[in-house]
Amino acid sequence: MKVLEIQSVSKSYSNHLALDDVSLAVPEGKIFGLLGPNGAGKTSLIRIINQITMPDKGQILFKGQKLNSEHISQIGYLPEERGLYKKMKVGEQALYLAQLKGLTEKEAKTALRKWFERFEITPWWNKKVEELSKGMAQKVQFITTVLHQPKLLIFDEPFSGFDPINASIIKDEILRLKNQGTSIIFSTHRMESVEELCDHIALIDQSKKILDGPLNEIREQYKQQIYQIDFSSTELSFLNTLPEHLKLIKSSNNQAEIQIVDQSKASDLIRFLLDKSDLKGFEEKVPTVNEIFIRTVKENLS
Amino acid sequence: MNKIILIIKREYLSRVRKKSFIVMTILGPVLMASLMLTPLLMDSSDSELRTVWLCDESGLFEAEFNNTEAIRTKVFTESVEQVKLLFNQSDAFTLVHIPDTSSISISDLENNVNVYAHKPISFANKRLISRNIETVIESIKLKNEGLTRETINKTRASVSLNTIILDNSGTEKLGSTEIAMGLSMAGGFLIYIFIFLYGAMVMRGVMEEKTSRIVEIIISSVKPFQLMMGKIIGVALVGFTQFALWILLTFVLSSLATSYLMNPAELNPTELIDGAELILQEGANEQNVLASILTELQSINLSFLLLMFLFYFVGGYLMYGSLFAAVGAAVDSETDTQQFMLPITIPLIFSFIALQTILENPDSSLAFWCSIIPFTSPIVMMGRLPFDPPMWEIALSMVLLIIGFIFTSWIAGRIYRVGILMYGQKVSYKTLWKWIKQS
Repeated sequence: MKVLEIQSVSKSYSNHLALDDVSLAVPEGKIFGLLGPNGAGKTSLIRIINQITMPDKGQILFKGQKLNSEHISQIGYLPEERGLYKKMKVGEQALYLAQLKGLTEKEAKTALRKWFERFEITPWWNKKVEELSKGMAQKVQFITTVLHQPKLLIFDEPFSGFDPINASIIKDEILRLKNQGTSIIFSTHRMESVEELCDHIALIDQSKKILDGPLNEIREQYKQQIYQIDFSSTELSFLNTLPEHLKLIKSSNNQAEIQIVDQSKASDLIRFLLDKSDLKGFEEKVPTVNEIFIRTVKENLS
Repeated sequence: MNKIILIIKREYLSRVRKKSFIVMTILGPVLMASLMLTPLLMDSSDSELRTVWLCDESGLFEAEFNNTEAIRTKVFTESVEQVKLLFNQSDAFTLVHIPDTSSISISDLENNVNVYAHKPISFANKRLISRNIETVIESIKLKNEGLTRETINKTRASVSLNTIILDNSGTEKLGSTEIAMGLSMAGGFLIYIFIFLYGAMVMRGVMEEKTSRIVEIIISSVKPFQLMMGKIIGVALVGFTQFALWILLTFVLSSLATSYLMNPAELNPTELIDGAELILQEGANEQNVLASILTELQSINLSFLLLMFLFYFVGGYLMYGSLFAAVGAAVDSETDTQQFMLPITIPLIFSFIALQTILENPDSSLAFWCSIIPFTSPIVMMGRLPFDPPMWEIALSMVLLIIGFIFTSWIAGRIYRVGILMYGQKVSYKTLWKWIKQS
């Protein structure tokens, strides 16, 4: 089941094309990583999903229905450029934002109380936002994003402005929301958090989608038959005279990375190595999201 | 719809609760009241005792220079040279020297009175002295002509015209322009002030949302146009509240102050100098004036004027308010607003200046065009209303104002929705045009 289907969406601004025929499907109950270099068109796409701007071409389906203003209350959005009214009190402001999302005042109050207790920030209720630190304000912001229990959450760089402790609190909350069945679109530059959180990723570069799929499948697909081997001895001179179908990527004290260039199997490599030395460990190197990101963007450039 | 009410509520409450709003609301009437009362206070506070020396060689004037609260007169019979020497060493205020009238004619005297003083004397004090001398000279001249002051007073005439408007059907109605003119002039001025004060407030509000980066969160819940209109309406309500409180407080304050300052029992005509005398004279006629104001007010179609005022007040504000909002959305900081403010302020200032000339000539083509074009009509049409412009002109002006309002909010809405999400971009008129065209 897809919570969101983006069907060949294009958007151009006065002097450049922001999105060029982009199609994506966001699976329900999963965390979907939306990646791409700066200026690739991620924010444009997110704004279209939030109905802040309209696409020039293409359409978007929300749970199979054409996206319309009824869906606003089912989407929660934490933009990258975010802030709060500085002079307004925290509680009042959270109530206001929740009501704008369609909650009644009473519903909003009960839900807010719960969240404030959860984050142990109840004493902030009557403080003005300008009295809070940046991290504190971000917490309030996170609450206002998820308060109305949206079916789809969109986080644009959710961890910026958080210290590591608070970032991990927020990460746990995101995972908890996912386990409750919320679908999440997650846009970030921090690849290690993508690896930790995302089930599915899409890569946008130069207004086009260049990669899309479940994270583990993509990593499989990007494997280059590179194996990391730990030896028990440090005498590894044989590595300098490898047969043609093997390529040494790098080696250190008692460790080496070897790539199989032809179609031969990993077991053949192990057999070959056992003849030469004692093995302590043998592991296929799966590319990190970071490596995949850099590789695809570079390939797309050339 | 529900959401726009939420926005209006927030815009209204967050401003009304601000300390600056409360301070301004209280300070405004205090300032206004003090502005109105300062002249009165200044007149009655000029009570420093001053000594005027009078060296009257003619012997005619001694009786005219009475001692008052502020002035003590001291008469000298010595020669002027001697008195001057004495005066130099004294701390007297002035020395008035009236030459002997046996050597010059009474008419020549008018130009031959010298006043000696240690430092330049004020206009009011000069007037006081010359008035005293004038009275004496006038009396002498009257006597020479064989007349008395009473005769002169009896022959005075004062005419007030009753204007009666005769319309085509032959019905007559009492027409009075003065009061109506005053009212609609005040109305035009109020509209002008209101647009400037609260238009700028809208602009700052939009800029605040933009710089605090909350705007993207809000427009993911509501349409940018809803946010813009909610803000404009919310600020208008703030303005209404403040104006209402100002009027109320000014009224209370000034009536309190006048009843305290103008206690009639304490007023003594001889204690008051020039300016205050005028007020007293008016006071004597007050009964008459009040009665005629009342009849005049009845002759003006007050409810019509009020209705028109409300229409142009709201219409003008809404039209300019959305433009102010667009400017706020286009820029990043207050300093960048200048270039876009100019085209908004020029028609406003122009219509305010035009208003004054139009009162002189309410049927000129300048008056016509200015009261039709929506950018100037809210202020100028207010000024023309007491002169009974043709009904079709009023209707046309109203329709055009509504169209103008829809037009500016459409334009402003398009600039707004793009502008609020643009940061750190140098915006020119060319960019604005691109935003308007952008779908």
